[in-house]
Amino acid sequence: MTTKAFHPDILKLDPEKETERIVEHIRHTTFKVLRRKGGVVGVSGGIDSSVVLALAARAMKPARIVALLMPEMESSPESALMGRELCHKFNIEPLVEDMTGPLWGFGAYQRRDEAIKRLFPEYDSTYKFKITLPTDLLQERKLNFFSATIISPEGEVQTKRLPPKELRQIVAATNFKQRTRASMLYYHADLHDFAVLGTPQRNEHGQGFFVKNGDGAMDVRPIGHLYKTQVYQLAEYLGVPESIRSRPPTTDTYTAGSTQEEFFFRLPFETMDLIWYGLENDIPAAVVAEGMDLEEAQVEHVYADLLQKKRTTEYLRLPPLGLADS
Amino acid sequence: MDIREQIKSYIAETFLFSDDGFEFSDDDSFLDEGIVDSMGVLEIIMFLEETFGFSVEDEEIKPENFDSVNNLYSYIQRKAPTAVSAS
Repeated sequence: MTTKAFHPDILKLDPEKETERIVEHIRHTTFKVLRRKGGVVGVSGGIDSSVVLALAARAMKPARIVALLMPEMESSPESALMGRELCHKFNIEPLVEDMTGPLWGFGAYQRRDEAIKRLFPEYDSTYKFKITLPTDLLQERKLNFFSATIISPEGEVQTKRLPPKELRQIVAATNFKQRTRASMLYYHADLHDFAVLGTPQRNEHGQGFFVKNGDGAMDVRPIGHLYKTQVYQLAEYLGVPESIRSRPPTTDTYTAGSTQEEFFFRLPFETMDLIWYGLENDIPAAVVAEGMDLEEAQVEHVYADLLQKKRTTEYLRLPPLGLADS
Repeated sequence: MDIREQIKSYIAETFLFSDDGFEFSDDDSFLDEGIVDSMGVLEIIMFLEETFGFSVEDEEIKPENFDSVNNLYSYIQRKAPTAVSAS
């Protein structure tokens, strides 16, 4: 078996050609395969949804696109501003649906806060909160375990490892955010006979960084084949505003504003993408290490972490299983 | 019950949903075999703390201590030698 070539520029795209390919895919799948009249995009103000909206704007007339901003009371106000800036840039009038009411209805905040309070009795709504994984994945192979951090109004920071019961409750309650947004996207899709254009990219899908039936719910996945650094390359080509391109990707799910790196990926995207490419293409760790000026053991640590995530999140990517599928 | 058997029985019941007990070797990697995920790691920590009465420090949560029956056994031996000698 020959090993594929590997070099640091291996993920460089021809953004013009790639844009044409994806635009054609959006048109073909939406109009010809799904026979829908347009597309709905949930715009978060982040890089992925910005690129999907920019691609949709090339694939369809503005009247065939619904761009939905779905803030809730804990969203960063900056996200909504950036979402609006993006929509105006592509001449699409955004629709705003405030998700706070539905989330209160589900008891999402209350159920999550109950779990946080069991860990930090002093916690209340004046505190900020986030959950994180250990970083420094290149330095040492550590296992993935989540910690909770609260920040008091005076700025005092406390971090504790999360027991499984509390972690489950926090994650289950927080997932209402992605799932209520998915319901709203499909409301607008049904209202107009449109398809939902999803925003996950390759890393999120492959490593299981999405909520099943939440941000994982969609009809078309325009950038599902792209690594994060390739999404940035397209963003620049498509004219996504600099303010969005220069902002570190966040989950915008927890009040203390955790980045995607500390919440899940454990590495900067520039490093992770190349190693993920190496793993997906069966390139030996030694070859990747040489191409990236890293130690072989460091790449091995990351390979092990990525494989573990891929394996343990497989159920998220499976369709519903019936007897006919076995 | 012997500590190794205790570990195997806990892993089989909690993660393998198996009536056939622990079907792997004592050196098989829990991660490579897809037995535990990040939630599973936290569950094992809780099992150790509740069963053997010691605290697991964050820096100890690494494969050398947690990734197989033998690694867990050695880790328990270091953290709670009396529990191991009594078994």
